Amino acid sequence: MPIKSYLAHPYQGQKMELYNTLSQLEGCEVIPAENKDVLILVTDTETSKQEDALQEKLNMIKSIKLLAMVAGFNASKN
Amino acid sequence: MYTSTLSNRRDFIKKMAVLSAMTAAATMFPGILFAEEQERGLPKGGNLDWKKAPCRFCGVGCGVLVGVENGKAVAVKGDPKSPVNKGLCCVKGYHSVMSMYGKDRLTHPWVKKNGKYVKTSMKEALDIIAEKMQTTIKDYGKDAVSIYGSGQWTIPDGYVASKLFKGCIGTNNVEANARLCMASAVTGFLTSFGSDEPMGCYEDIDHADVFVLWGNNMAEMHPVLFSRLLDQRLKRGVKIIDFATRTTRTSMASDKSIIFQPQTDLAVANAICYEIIKKGWVNQEFVSKHCNFSKGSTNMGYGLEDKYSFNDKPEKISFEEYKEFLEDYAPEKVEKISGVSAKDIKYMASYYGDPNKKVMSLWCMGMNQHTRGTWINNLVYNIHLLTGKISTPGNSPFSLTGQPSACGTVREVGTLTHKLPHGVVMNKAHREHAAKIWDVPVENIPSKPSLHTVEMFRALDRGDLRFMWIQVTNPMVTMPKLKRYRDATKKEGRFIVVSDIYPTPTTDIADVILPSAMWVEREGMYGNSERRTQYFEQMVQPPGEAMSDTWQLIEVAKRMGFEKQFYYKEETHIEEIYNEYRKHHEGKKHGMAPLEVLKSEPGAQWPYVDGKSTQWRFNSKYDPACSNDEEFHFYGKPDGKAVIWQRPYEPAPEVPDEKFDFWLCTGRVVEHWHTGSMTRRIPVLHKAMPHGYVELHPEDAKKMQIRTGDAVRLTTRRGTMKLPASVNERGVPEKGQVFVPFFDENMLINDLTLDAFCPISKQPDYKKCAVKVEKA
Repeated sequence: MPIKSYLAHPYQGQKMELYNTLSQLEGCEVIPAENKDVLILVTDTETSKQEDALQEKLNMIKSIKLLAMVAGFNASKN
Repeated sequence: MYTSTLSNRRDFIKKMAVLSAMTAAATMFPGILFAEEQERGLPKGGNLDWKKAPCRFCGVGCGVLVGVENGKAVAVKGDPKSPVNKGLCCVKGYHSVMSMYGKDRLTHPWVKKNGKYVKTSMKEALDIIAEKMQTTIKDYGKDAVSIYGSGQWTIPDGYVASKLFKGCIGTNNVEANARLCMASAVTGFLTSFGSDEPMGCYEDIDHADVFVLWGNNMAEMHPVLFSRLLDQRLKRGVKIIDFATRTTRTSMASDKSIIFQPQTDLAVANAICYEIIKKGWVNQEFVSKHCNFSKGSTNMGYGLEDKYSFNDKPEKISFEEYKEFLEDYAPEKVEKISGVSAKDIKYMASYYGDPNKKVMSLWCMGMNQHTRGTWINNLVYNIHLLTGKISTPGNSPFSLTGQPSACGTVREVGTLTHKLPHGVVMNKAHREHAAKIWDVPVENIPSKPSLHTVEMFRALDRGDLRFMWIQVTNPMVTMPKLKRYRDATKKEGRFIVVSDIYPTPTTDIADVILPSAMWVEREGMYGNSERRTQYFEQMVQPPGEAMSDTWQLIEVAKRMGFEKQFYYKEETHIEEIYNEYRKHHEGKKHGMAPLEVLKSEPGAQWPYVDGKSTQWRFNSKYDPACSNDEEFHFYGKPDGKAVIWQRPYEPAPEVPDEKFDFWLCTGRVVEHWHTGSMTRRIPVLHKAMPHGYVELHPEDAKKMQIRTGDAVRLTTRRGTMKLPASVNERGVPEKGQVFVPFFDENMLINDLTLDAFCPISKQPDYKKCAVKVEKA
């Protein structure tokens, strides 16, 4: 049941597009930086299967230049 | 701690994940903002009560909203109503409430009995302190006792400390750690303008076209203000010039990075003035109406000897004499000693000289922690005075501070040996004014300053001083040439009281440890770098028997027989003290806002006159204290004129030689606030920066076959220690130089530093000494 946080770096001029794409994904919370081309992405999935599926979706996003993981926690539900 | 107040563990972990990412982002991108997240606040769904306060950490004085839930402070967000930070927060501010709930918080007093700490009641501890002070005064005289506080003291803390020691006991042995961080700024202001603290304000950032950062790593030390600079670059294309001895996050984010050799900022500042005069950029009308020229003593020494004393002997000079003096500082000549190309010197001068550009100079420790700290402050003012770029929106020489109330408490309340709340102890009228308000005989207040900070610890070593009460500061990490002063505290017949919130290397040397209430666990006020006084109410209960430093001092004062002067009631004492304090500053030059204003607004800037804050002092358009019917009035000086000082370049007291062949510079990092006693107890910040290190230039590292993480031995004439290397990571020093942060109490870099100080300000220089560097 992992919770992970990433710094998501978009391709130039695609920050809003990336923000919109990530925001629509289930299990994703996105916090855009106000003044830099970077977004914080927090993923929260229930199972390893869901996590793998989400990773696949993230890999397919074209506006992501780099997705750098910062923290990862394998947390229980509560 | 933090987890218990959130709805569940998973929420907490998620929040930790966010904060880890924010911390990482902040170190990668100086000045990065996540305003949306801050606005949303941390916990969700809770029944939070948001209350305003100034931030607990640096001197910027950001307005924050503290979220309180079930009697605990659980969240922080930037206050959108605050004109300081406009809703923004930095990583430290964002985590600040967590610093209140460390596992090892001091909750009860400890008294050393037969070499062992014994837990005791607050009543007994305060009895012991009062009795010990009285017997010390009886046996050794009133100058054998002292108090050493800090720029984290609230205004009431510092006020009662000064009243007790200067007014009641009758000793000027009152000092604060701000002596270590901004005393040179004070003497710079006093010598140039006759009045302390910046004439401008943070709103200058919104007007300036060019920012020159003098030895000031703002991206890490003042991230919210640096964000405001970057924001202006985005909106208006302003220029940021980083003038420093080391490449930092600030250099990387600036438009231009100019590196100078340590101590040679003095020569470069003079070279800029040379160029301004040579190119005919002097604002003749401003200078002739509003400035005098003076020179002072030179070759003053460096305060390395005990009982060193110095008094400057100012002499008026003419503009022609000043111009002749500057002949030695032609950019081509200065290039040779400073390492700054004549082209770059002329580049900086051209911005200062351009009448169509508004320039803001910003500085902090680089200029203040300097054996010629007063001089370099004077020299930067010279640049602004020659060009008339001062006291108008966007034209602003601005010294930043590092602590939340270095200005409010240390400079304004006057908790330094020579100061009073209004004026100085040397001035009879000022002593009479203070004595009247304090309700003490004027003879109680000695007319001579006694011990400044370094000399106070030297006096403890010599045995001239027998009792020291240390509040809200950690000198056993921060004193230069630390070993001498640590050993001094352990000598027979010395009695040390330490009031703090956590165990530190300073509580380790205490005879009595008092647990303090911190920040919003009590009521108080801080004063920030732009003359803004901000109030905060008590929002939560302090743990155990922890008590505010104000009330600790009042309790001891009463026990010593000063009930008449310390008449305050427990439930209203902060209001009573503030109202009494305001009397010292009454008038147009320094009037303080009434408490009800501070309670309802995000602070007020003194001089507060006729219900209005003053943003730009000395400018008759904004400052009601101007009375000379001119556009500007530097009323701190008797003739209303500011002083342009002739101050030469002089070398540092200890320069690299054959044996100790590197420069050692010390400083801070974005994650930790000063000695880390609070921020190292915040898991996210501690994990982001867990220990100290030594930065080397990549070529030096390669030559010595040192890689990041390798152990490096540093040796100075004071001591030796091992630290892990950092090569090409956060900061990059120049060749022949190393940098070490001082936050890590397990790697006490101040065991190696030198206790040389500016003879005028008495502020030590932590930025320059000679060190030998070896692979361990």
